[in-house]
Amino acid sequence: MKGSRLPAMLKDAALTVLVAAALGVFIVGFRTVDVGSRTGLGFDYQFTDLGVALVVIFFGRLGLSLVAEGLRWPAVALGIVMIAVGASPLELPSGFLHWFVVLGGILLVLRAAWPSVNKGVVSFAHTPTGRVVDRIGTQWAGWLLLALAVLLPVTPFANQKTMDLGVLILTYVMLGWGLNIVVGLAGLLDLGYVAFYAVGAYSYALLSTQQGLGFWAVLPLAGMLAASFGVLLGFPVLRLRGDYLAIVTLGFGEIIRLVILNWVDLTNGPAGIGSIPGPTLFGALFAETAPEGKQTVAEMLGIPFDSNQRLIFLYYVILLLALVTNLFAQRMRRLPVGRAWEALREDETACKALGINPTNTKLTAFAVGAMFAGFAGSFFAAKQRFISPESFTFIESAIILAIVVLGGMGSQIGVVLAAVLLIGLPEWFRELGNYRMLAFGLAMVLIMVFRPRGLIAHREPTIRLHPVESRGSG
Amino acid sequence: MNADAAALIEVEHLTMRFGGLVAVDDVSFIGRPREITAIIGPNGAGKTTVFNCITGFYKPTIGRLLMRGDREYLLERMLGHEIGQRARVARTFQNIRLFPAMTVLENLLVAQHNKLMRASGMSVFGLLGFKIYRDAEQAAIELARAWLERIDLVDAADRPAGELPYGAQRRLEIARAMCTEPRLLCLDEPAAGLNPRESAQLNQLLVSIRDRDGVGLLLIEHDMSVVMSISNHVVVLDYGRKIAEGPPAEVQRDPAVIRAYLGTDDEAIDG
Repeated sequence: MKGSRLPAMLKDAALTVLVAAALGVFIVGFRTVDVGSRTGLGFDYQFTDLGVALVVIFFGRLGLSLVAEGLRWPAVALGIVMIAVGASPLELPSGFLHWFVVLGGILLVLRAAWPSVNKGVVSFAHTPTGRVVDRIGTQWAGWLLLALAVLLPVTPFANQKTMDLGVLILTYVMLGWGLNIVVGLAGLLDLGYVAFYAVGAYSYALLSTQQGLGFWAVLPLAGMLAASFGVLLGFPVLRLRGDYLAIVTLGFGEIIRLVILNWVDLTNGPAGIGSIPGPTLFGALFAETAPEGKQTVAEMLGIPFDSNQRLIFLYYVILLLALVTNLFAQRMRRLPVGRAWEALREDETACKALGINPTNTKLTAFAVGAMFAGFAGSFFAAKQRFISPESFTFIESAIILAIVVLGGMGSQIGVVLAAVLLIGLPEWFRELGNYRMLAFGLAMVLIMVFRPRGLIAHREPTIRLHPVESRGSG
Repeated sequence: MNADAAALIEVEHLTMRFGGLVAVDDVSFIGRPREITAIIGPNGAGKTTVFNCITGFYKPTIGRLLMRGDREYLLERMLGHEIGQRARVARTFQNIRLFPAMTVLENLLVAQHNKLMRASGMSVFGLLGFKIYRDAEQAAIELARAWLERIDLVDAADRPAGELPYGAQRRLEIARAMCTEPRLLCLDEPAAGLNPRESAQLNQLLVSIRDRDGVGLLLIEHDMSVVMSISNHVVVLDYGRKIAEGPPAEVQRDPAVIRAYLGTDDEAIDG
């Protein structure tokens, strides 16, 4: 059997290489470089990179075929050889290629060993110890993450770069938690979530620069405005289900962006709105000097001015906002309306038969989700001090949705992990240069292969009849 | 049909057309409180369509559906969810429709949504943790527990409903419908897929719902042992028309009924 199958496998691997070569020759093989002011752009050829990649792909595909044939151990051996080659001090054109070979090997080993590993994990999860570990994991992971988040600014890692990244990640965590209400709980696929983010951002930008209102005064207003936009959009479209709803929300997201882009009188169009005031601390500004009649935070607290103070303050503001979102969502989930959201996701027809008004229930989910996007939007405007329609493109909606789906629909901790991965990884991968997005895509594919229902697929009941302890024995 | 003061629901000249197909053709019958009215008939006779009209999933082409409760409701003019909420008609489905990822208890609490929603002050009182809401939730849990005891699922209360065995899911769906505190309960083939023991338990449950809770039941069923032993009144449909009506023993002897059944479904008349 081995002998008869080998040519077919080799042929299959060769075909895969052909496909990879066709795709890779333009993506990896050429690179445009700036060769000087006179000649402009030129090509840089990276055919060695491509060649190494193709060799790895060939052996990787061969290994996968071996796994499919049931020949696990040869596949594992092949994977280990690949890891060894990648890790060896062999001369390769770039450091990334080492990683590529090693990763390919690891993947192959994982794929070959996965069924047995998975079986082990599953059977462990059903032992009493496994259950305890699981419970501790789900119960304490949140508090651990929270402690980490609160303490981050006082750790030695707290340089400007990490704080910036922290603020960015937390913004997406907050947006993820908001969208989780709509997508994760109520099961409404919303592809235009960024529209409400934009409404919040422009509400603050306009009200602060034109009416002189402060951040804390506008925050609830922005939330309400975004929520009303949610209701306004939701009313006509929430009769639609699934794909249709997704398309309409996608369209709505684009409409809002185009309106902002073209309504130059109000929004200043593509030029955006600048010099938006940042958030204040009890009326004090984060600046080196305050204008007449105002006070800087440094003066108020009697400490020397440091440009990082503003960033740390922003960090805590978004942490607070995100926590409020989380708390609110968690509490709503345990209320009748939250249970109705989940029931609606599970079976709308059954909900109707039980006398639940599906339109109203969906509208509340939409409005609540939009409200938090509005909060996050005004924070974004206050942080950036400049906003333009470019910040609210479809890709933002897609990223937020990816965070929710990747985290495991409906899971609050999952959203945090996914936000760290999705926003953090591309930043950390910067060292990989050109291959950054490639590595990012690979990470996504891996997660979806190994955890198809998201990072955290566990659902905690909103209420229990029996206390947890008595359940362990049963 | 003449107006019957004792009727809980009056179905009058109900006709439902789908394009050229007449699924239900001028069917009239009444359902009384504290009675089980069975609707039987061969496959495709239009039984489920009648249910879908009564519970608002279809708008009847012609006909009047009068439901008596705290006042009279014309079901054909109401929105789908209002029929459950105001006219208090609950139903179960032929293919079970639980909320599979939610626990058994949560399923029963969702059924009490409207009551709890009012108590939670459209979520405001609930968010703030007011006593009025906590009390209402406790009462809802007690009602759910009472039903779990009746269907023998107390121990499974915290398990996802989708994990339950088939028979338990059937019972849970009935309990969930009953948690809406209905006046009329419409059951679409509740005994389908049950073994004889489960089927006997189901009979007891339905009889207790009729006698103890005083609810009127409409029952679609193929299992003649269920129909003949517990129903008070039987309506027979064939090709969308009512071909017979009366007490079970009488209907069983009706030549039109026998003809309709022998044509399609032999074993069904054994009971």
